[in-house]
Amino acid sequence: MARKEMIAMLLAGGEGKRLGVLTTDLAKPAVHFGGKYRIIDFALSNCAHSGIDTVGVLTQYQPLVLNRYLGIGSPWGLDRQDGGMSILPPHMKPKGGAWYEGTANAIYQNMDFIDSYDPEYVLIISGDHIYKMDYGQMLAAHKRTEADVTVAGIEVPWKEASRFGIMRTGEEGRITDFEEKPKLPSNNLASMGIYIFAWPVLRQFLIRDEGNRVSSHDFGKDVIPAMLNGGVKLCAYAFHGYWKDVGTIDSLWEANMDLIAERPPLDLFSRDWRIYSVNPNRPPQLIAPQAKISSSLVTEGCVIEGEVSRSVLSSGVHIGLDSIVVESVVMPNAKIGRGARLYRAIIGEGAAVGDGEQIGREGDETITVVASGERNNWGPELKEVKNL
Amino acid sequence: MNHSIMGVINLIHEPEEMERLTAVRCAATVPFGARYRLIDFVLSGMVNSGVSKVAVFAHTKYRSLMDHLESGRHWDLHHRQSGLFVLPPATGDIRELSRGDLYYFYQNRDYFDRTSSEYVIISRSHMVCNVDLQPALAAHKERGADITVVCKRMTDTMGGAARKVRLDGNGRIVAMQDHYGRMDSEIVSMEMYLMRKDLLLELVETSLAQGEDHLVRHAIMSRLRQLNVQAHMYDGYLGIVNTVESYFRNHMKLLNAEAQHELFSRPGPIFTKLKDEPPSRYLDNARVVNSLVADGCVIEGTVEDSVLFRGVKIGKGAVVRNSIVMQNSVIGEQAYLERCILDKDVRIASGRDIRGTEGAPFMAAKRKVV
Repeated sequence: MARKEMIAMLLAGGEGKRLGVLTTDLAKPAVHFGGKYRIIDFALSNCAHSGIDTVGVLTQYQPLVLNRYLGIGSPWGLDRQDGGMSILPPHMKPKGGAWYEGTANAIYQNMDFIDSYDPEYVLIISGDHIYKMDYGQMLAAHKRTEADVTVAGIEVPWKEASRFGIMRTGEEGRITDFEEKPKLPSNNLASMGIYIFAWPVLRQFLIRDEGNRVSSHDFGKDVIPAMLNGGVKLCAYAFHGYWKDVGTIDSLWEANMDLIAERPPLDLFSRDWRIYSVNPNRPPQLIAPQAKISSSLVTEGCVIEGEVSRSVLSSGVHIGLDSIVVESVVMPNAKIGRGARLYRAIIGEGAAVGDGEQIGREGDETITVVASGERNNWGPELKEVKNL
Repeated sequence: MNHSIMGVINLIHEPEEMERLTAVRCAATVPFGARYRLIDFVLSGMVNSGVSKVAVFAHTKYRSLMDHLESGRHWDLHHRQSGLFVLPPATGDIRELSRGDLYYFYQNRDYFDRTSSEYVIISRSHMVCNVDLQPALAAHKERGADITVVCKRMTDTMGGAARKVRLDGNGRIVAMQDHYGRMDSEIVSMEMYLMRKDLLLELVETSLAQGEDHLVRHAIMSRLRQLNVQAHMYDGYLGIVNTVESYFRNHMKLLNAEAQHELFSRPGPIFTKLKDEPPSRYLDNARVVNSLVADGCVIEGTVEDSVLFRGVKIGKGAVVRNSIVMQNSVIGEQAYLERCILDKDVRIASGRDIRGTEGAPFMAAKRKVV
């Protein structure tokens, strides 16, 4: 196989526990987002635009929907003769097999795959984030600083810093400290979980980490700190665009709302960095004579008879007559009956909201989630996910 | 997989009077229905009916056709066992372009010989419909027909030009007339002809030998006595889209939810080339009613009774009524449009006021700045 300068390993096996019922039967990267995308589209589209033509996608939790969605990678230009997309599930080996235990272990278990391309660099990314980023620029910075490892970082609000891996840097962005989810953060430069490693260096540390019995085999918790202690040159690469971790109900809702802000911080319409996805073939949006739509995103296959404001509707959604949908996210093929009221709701794929039903309350900040494909009833059965 | 019917979409001298809409493209690729092109309808009908090999006889202005059809993957026609074959004229002599369609069938007889299908369905691209050919094939066999023509009973063709047929009591076509005759019949031919492949090849050779080179006018219409030509009645949505009037009126008819559902989704979905457009964005001041909207639009103004293709931008305070706006056209702020057909990439300057009439909608050609 031809040698590749850099290949990407995309961690897509996460369960996404904090997304509750939205990830009951699919992995977090496959969760619908922004009307016609799934979360993983952003990382894959970034690869496509950054000129990365070889991507290993590591799957584990509920992979069916994700596998089917990814196919052979055609929507992201990854159906290649040489390289392209490979789905990498945990597998049996002559000496037994094991589930992926931590992000570093998942890569460790696929060292053969990486070796087969003999790359100089390996890019580690995950399918959990909404952002547009040129990994090529990050690689250029990696070469310029002659680092062994480059970690992408973004400044986050101080009060949120303890949710992230926090870096402190010295001269030329060299990382001097790295602390995973510190209680008392000493800086607000957060790791985005995007790493470029010189493959020989990473390979060596993965083998060493595997032999460490007390390690949790996680990049942020184990491998990066071990490298810092081991004298490896780690540099931070400061990213200045929009980046959102959508691992919670609140952040998933917020990221959707960001798309319909008056000036969206992430532009889905720019032609030079399109987000690619599997495009469903659905008829055009049918906007009925009684419909009212404002400050919203609406996708093909929708039939809108009611009132929709500040909401994001995926393909095939039906909003019945006299229904009111406000600040809500409605996933594909959900059916909202007549005279229903939705406030700050996330309606799962294929869910049905009956005539006259109310989901969420006006003026209430809580996001209410209706699980995929389940018939929603009045009152106590309503699945509510409180702020976490 | 059903290999018994092969498809031919015959674009040779396709009859159309669509003025500027066909200035740079053939009728088959005229955009239609917010996100489709005319050819998508018959092509999807064939695919949904189990036809897995389709030849498209391209003739002139077929660059947009090649671009649209690609490898056939959007219609699932790119597999080992299936195929889409775009067959442009195989001639070095430009004068041969004026020859009739039988000549092209003859030129491509290898294609027919190489396919094992027993039957062939030949169609045009301007019949906007959602047709299932399996019942037509069943009727064809049951009635012992030589040729079965898919037909539709229609009192108002909405300005579209079509051949009419007259039937006897057994559904046999006893008379057929060209597009502009005076026959008193409510049955129009949908220009879909189903027959055995070997009969087609025989008709091609005998007609050409007699100096005739038009499939329908010569080979079929003159043999209504000798051949058992049966009509198979279709009862779904039909738009005969080969004039500006019928183009406009069919779009207005599709604003009806029932008509739209019938055409786009029943019995099968209409496939088209897919694009990576984001969802459409409706801004704070948007007011959209009774319209069809594709993805990728940004709407800040008012849209009523209209059809917006992908990526259309409607500026603040602009009003668009009873109009068809094609891909990536931009309507400036405060502009007013009524009964307009804007081709792709048209720009309407701010504040312009443009009104057409029902019989003569205002038309702007591709990339025009108004």
